[in-house]
Amino acid sequence: MVSMVADEKAQPQLLSKKAACNSHGQDSSYFLGWEEYEKNPYDPVANPRGIIQMGLAENQLSFDLLEKWLEANPDALGLRRGGASVFRELALFQDYHGMPAFKNALARFMSEQRGFRVTFDPSNIVLTAGATSANEALVFCLADHGDAFLIPTPYYPGFDRDLKWRTGAEIVPVHCTSANGFRVTRAALDDAYRRAQKRRLRVKGVLITNPSNPLGTTSPRADLELLLDFVAAKGIHLVSDEIYSGTAFAEPGFVSVLEVLAARGNTSDGLSESVHVVYSLSKDLGLPGFRVGAIYSSNPAVVSAATKMSSFGLVSSQTQHLLASLLDDKDFTRRYIAENTRRIRERREQLAEGLRAIGIECLESNAGLFCWVRMRSLMRSQSFEGEMELWKKVVFEVGLNISPGSSCHCREPGWFRVCFANMSTKTLDVALQRLADFAEANGKGAHPTRRGLAGGPARTMSCPAGRFSWANRLTPGSADRKAER
Amino acid sequence: MGGRLLASSQPEPSLSDIATSAAHGEDSPYFAGWRAYDEDSYDPVTNPSGVIQMGLAENQVSFDLLEAYLREHPEASDCGVGFRENALFQDYHGLKSFRMAMASFMETIRRGKARFDPDRIVLTAGATAANELLTFILANPGDALLVPTPYYPGFDRDLRWRTGVNIVPVHCVSDTGFQVTAGALQAAHDEAVVSGMRVRGVVLTNPSNPLGTTIERAVLEDIVDFVARNDIHLISDEIYSGSVFAAPDLVSVAELVESHARRGDGAAIAGRVHIVYSLSKDLGLPGFRVGVVYSYNDAVVATARRMSSFTLVSSQTQRTLAAMLSNAAFAAAYVGANRARLRERRDHMVAGLARAGLACLRGANAGLFVWVDMRPLLDEATVGGELRLWRQVVGEAKLNISPGSSCHCSEPGWFRVCFANMSLETLDVALQRLSCFTERWNKRIQN
Repeated sequence: MVSMVADEKAQPQLLSKKAACNSHGQDSSYFLGWEEYEKNPYDPVANPRGIIQMGLAENQLSFDLLEKWLEANPDALGLRRGGASVFRELALFQDYHGMPAFKNALARFMSEQRGFRVTFDPSNIVLTAGATSANEALVFCLADHGDAFLIPTPYYPGFDRDLKWRTGAEIVPVHCTSANGFRVTRAALDDAYRRAQKRRLRVKGVLITNPSNPLGTTSPRADLELLLDFVAAKGIHLVSDEIYSGTAFAEPGFVSVLEVLAARGNTSDGLSESVHVVYSLSKDLGLPGFRVGAIYSSNPAVVSAATKMSSFGLVSSQTQHLLASLLDDKDFTRRYIAENTRRIRERREQLAEGLRAIGIECLESNAGLFCWVRMRSLMRSQSFEGEMELWKKVVFEVGLNISPGSSCHCREPGWFRVCFANMSTKTLDVALQRLADFAEANGKGAHPTRRGLAGGPARTMSCPAGRFSWANRLTPGSADRKAER
Repeated sequence: MGGRLLASSQPEPSLSDIATSAAHGEDSPYFAGWRAYDEDSYDPVTNPSGVIQMGLAENQVSFDLLEAYLREHPEASDCGVGFRENALFQDYHGLKSFRMAMASFMETIRRGKARFDPDRIVLTAGATAANELLTFILANPGDALLVPTPYYPGFDRDLRWRTGVNIVPVHCVSDTGFQVTAGALQAAHDEAVVSGMRVRGVVLTNPSNPLGTTIERAVLEDIVDFVARNDIHLISDEIYSGSVFAAPDLVSVAELVESHARRGDGAAIAGRVHIVYSLSKDLGLPGFRVGVVYSYNDAVVATARRMSSFTLVSSQTQRTLAAMLSNAAFAAAYVGANRARLRERRDHMVAGLARAGLACLRGANAGLFVWVDMRPLLDEATVGGELRLWRQVVGEAKLNISPGSSCHCSEPGWFRVCFANMSLETLDVALQRLSCFTERWNKRIQN
């Protein structure tokens, strides 16, 4: 093939400012850690010294449940309905209103995740190719170039790209600290608003993630009330990214802002048209590859504009067909929701207890696919430099790709997000062992073999099968797959 | 309850300018005709007097071939060993096997006259997304893209809406078979500059929608020269490349890039050329959302890949289609059969139009539609006259065809009429209605 490499000097083809800028955030440590992992990924057999990926918030715990259902319902994948081929219908279906059967099933599923305390009107759902697409589309609908969204820190690093890159919108962080468990406060919101004004930015809304990434906590009802009061007072929007709504595994449970809104009753203040929810099946069902996201809004103008925009990121009809079938099976969704959250809780406990055993604390959390871990005791200096130094050691020496809090815009150094649901329980133990060795070598933390790692009675290292037997009962098929991420 | 706000005197929070603008283009007649169809859709049994949809450029003539493949190869879609891996796969590089299959398919379509590197393929959820994405990468808000008329109405939304980029039309006329001329390109460029816009590129659709013609090699060379001389980009939307059913063969801009490279002056061209493709027309799979950005510019490929995060192709779909298109024998057979069927359908259409006393653009050799000359039926040679005629065709003949003005054609009286999105029987009903309509219409004009 003829070489297409063009001489740089002869390449005057300037690209746009968007192409040249760094708003896509790809150079942040969040992505750099991934790159290191890609170069040297852990494999229990082929590469046992490789880097264990703990920076990817994926849910790999419940595939077996999906696979069992798929085998029992071959029409879903086979592009059939009642045994008859619907290939033609699906092939042609590109209506940006989305497949009614899928939206109906999704609406019911979303309601079920909220204990049926909220009902979703399918006609207010806009389907998009993932939450990434949903969040961007919402910003395009709500904000002009240069307008700002207030976002409580720490927040998902991808927001810097998703919300700002092509939209030209700005993010102004709302500073939260460990003093009150990183909860948002009115003072913090007001402070952020003032900072926005000082920068001459017009604030169009507040965006929260509930349950929170990276904290793994659900927003207390009081905090949601506070947020609603704030956006009402300022006449701005509230976007609630509820992508982790299906991962809440313990009390106080997940309360959606829509529930709180409904309870307020007063519909004359227009607040119901200012609150928009984003959802996706990437975390709950563990299907990030299928690109299924949704915007939910009671604002007809938002639904209308977002629907048209979804042309730029529609969900494959082949995938809508599969999921319409899956989510329509009420027995399945009920069992799945219960079992999936149970497994998440168990896995989270394994991580949290393992960390505790080495003297490392996590933020008390009741949701998410990760723990928010305080590692200042391992840092040489209580600063962001110290955090980066520790992070590099953990990635390159200990071989764990975890996410430093600074990449999540956390104001306090020393916090890291550590994922637990994207690997087998065995691998998690390996990761904990490595961390324990590191902690010991650094003179901090208790010796692991004295306390035991998995939260049970103290066990020695010489009986690995015995130690892991309780964990092996979980997800038998998910252990140590070659493509484990 | 504490903290409850008193009834607010604040106005409701506003939406963005983008959300409230009409730049999504859905108020055009192109979409109004669709609505008429939606409200009164033809069905041979349940609604034989309904509106026949002839405004939708879909390819329904070759489904049986795809269906047969999937039936014979259930592993392409079944839940196999790879299900989890596939469900987790959200890498914006796209499935390697799928990119390789797409590269190979694009080569097959061009009869091997150009080669495609799978690593230059960026996948997007449809060509709609690919065109918008390229615009974001190549142009800033307020800049201009030059687009030959008539063009696909969707470009008004895809290239302009969220990007803030302008379209400056390059006027093409029937005297020259609507081919792009150097003069027209220059005039458009000058117009843009005079309006204070910076021109960033030319956007071609080749084969053309709505004309149904491929661009002549000499014209393409002129366009490439123009683009190089003016230091701008060239986007070639080749979404209909698999639908060329008569001579001359498609001359893809990819061929020109390669021939320039062989001649030693590739550097001036390569970094400017970007191709858009999709499986929506050639495979008839618009619902599966498969689009491609192919660029010879490394920076564009890298940026496009990252941007594709907003519009990834479902990994489920990538897997199924990778299996199908990697089967070289199947792909080649499909392309050949599809072309033959489209040709047959087009010939049928042209004969039917002739019976109705209507001519199509001469030399049309591709696409899923014909560009029909209805100028003789106009009460006056204006857009108003065209729209009056159009409303009659939709209302009286019950045929949703697309008026040339919705494609920004500078000559009133031309209409795009699709032929591949219905059965042959329905096409015959439509042609019959058209004959009756033109007969009545001409009688009325005479009286």
